Amino acid sequence: MTRLIIASIAISLIGAFLIIDIMQVVPNPYNAPSMFSLGSGKAAAGGFCGSLPGKSTK
Amino acid sequence: MILESPLLASAGLKPRLFFKWATLFTFVVAIFLSVAAIAGLRFGLMILIGLGFGATLEGFRFGFAGPWRAMITKRDPAGIWAQLLAIGMVAIFAIPLIENYSSEITGAAAPIGYAMVLGAFVFGAAMQVVLGCGSGTLVNAGSGNIVALIALPFFALGSFLGAYHLFWWTDLGVLPVQKLTGWGGVGITLAMICFVAMALWWKAEPQFRRIPKRLIFAALIVSFLALANLVVAGQPWGVVYGLGLWVAKGAHYSAIDLSGSIFWAAPASLERINASVLTDYTSLTNIGIVMGAFLVAFWRGGLSQPVPQLRIKAWVWAAIVGLLMGYASRLAFGCNVGAFFSGISTGSLHGWVWFIAAFIGSYVGILLRPRFGLDI
Repeated sequence: MTRLIIASIAISLIGAFLIIDIMQVVPNPYNAPSMFSLGSGKAAAGGFCGSLPGKSTK
Repeated sequence: MILESPLLASAGLKPRLFFKWATLFTFVVAIFLSVAAIAGLRFGLMILIGLGFGATLEGFRFGFAGPWRAMITKRDPAGIWAQLLAIGMVAIFAIPLIENYSSEITGAAAPIGYAMVLGAFVFGAAMQVVLGCGSGTLVNAGSGNIVALIALPFFALGSFLGAYHLFWWTDLGVLPVQKLTGWGGVGITLAMICFVAMALWWKAEPQFRRIPKRLIFAALIVSFLALANLVVAGQPWGVVYGLGLWVAKGAHYSAIDLSGSIFWAAPASLERINASVLTDYTSLTNIGIVMGAFLVAFWRGGLSQPVPQLRIKAWVWAAIVGLLMGYASRLAFGCNVGAFFSGISTGSLHGWVWFIAAFIGSYVGILLRPRFGLDI
């Protein structure tokens, strides 16, 4: 077995996950935010490793 | 005939090399256009940034776990110097940007606490056992490393579970978030980076007291991509949140109730669970890293190498350690990317504490790795 098979499995799993997700939720490109957050006038709203949603930091 | 094209010859390109470059370029453009068309231009840019990260990390062998191991075992600091160079480059621009455009851009600010320190220590140990950090596991999976492929789904599961229990851990005690801001913050960050770099120089073996050009070049590209991530997404480069979100989405699609978790039941989390993964920034860069590493490994013929045979013991340990790495990285408010790289470069003091705790953990991990049958 070569590394190509292992890498292909990784890519396939991600591809399968993307297909399942798109079947559940179809994104709307017409509702997409502007190209850059900087200069958009809108607050960043993405999830991040340091975020604590649901509770303020003590 | 194309193979004898004078145009290619005049450009100094051999036909075989030209077609390899053309194939790579075509794949990258196709991925970018697909995501941009399906989700929007910003998200297309994010997958492009992720592809850049993956290609750079794999192409230039720029990593985190390996260089820490090289410093501990061989006193070779080149890789850590390259990391510090990249972090410093980002800090010069990111810290003032975040201060001046705080309504549009956020840093990787997180609180220092007991669980955070413990999480960083465990993550540091775990990443040396599987020889792959947050970004490294993605790169390794994309380039055909079997240990990374086993560890990755468990890493994602651990990230989900760590977030699920996160508030129990933070209730053990955290300090208020400490941030270095403005040009003063840049100065302090650069001074601390210089201090660490000099300490490493002092501890290094004399023959290793230099940085290869390859790593300097890679550090410059990584810093450019990290800044692009900040400008496009409005948040720094991260890894583990996205992995945990994938499992949370899987749980949601399987009708598993997440209301028992303060983290996953929070409105902000539910919004992301219910939105397309193609609109989540860390997911997009994660996917891009795997694909970018795959394309580079394929391009240079590295995927034809045979996969080493693993014993059952190694499979089990790779899964357990992957799970532990994911869980610990959530308690630590990030991995080597979200906490160490992005934390320090955007002025969060937890990044420095993470660095110290994870580096001590790395010593333990290096001692443990041979016992798990993973030295193949």
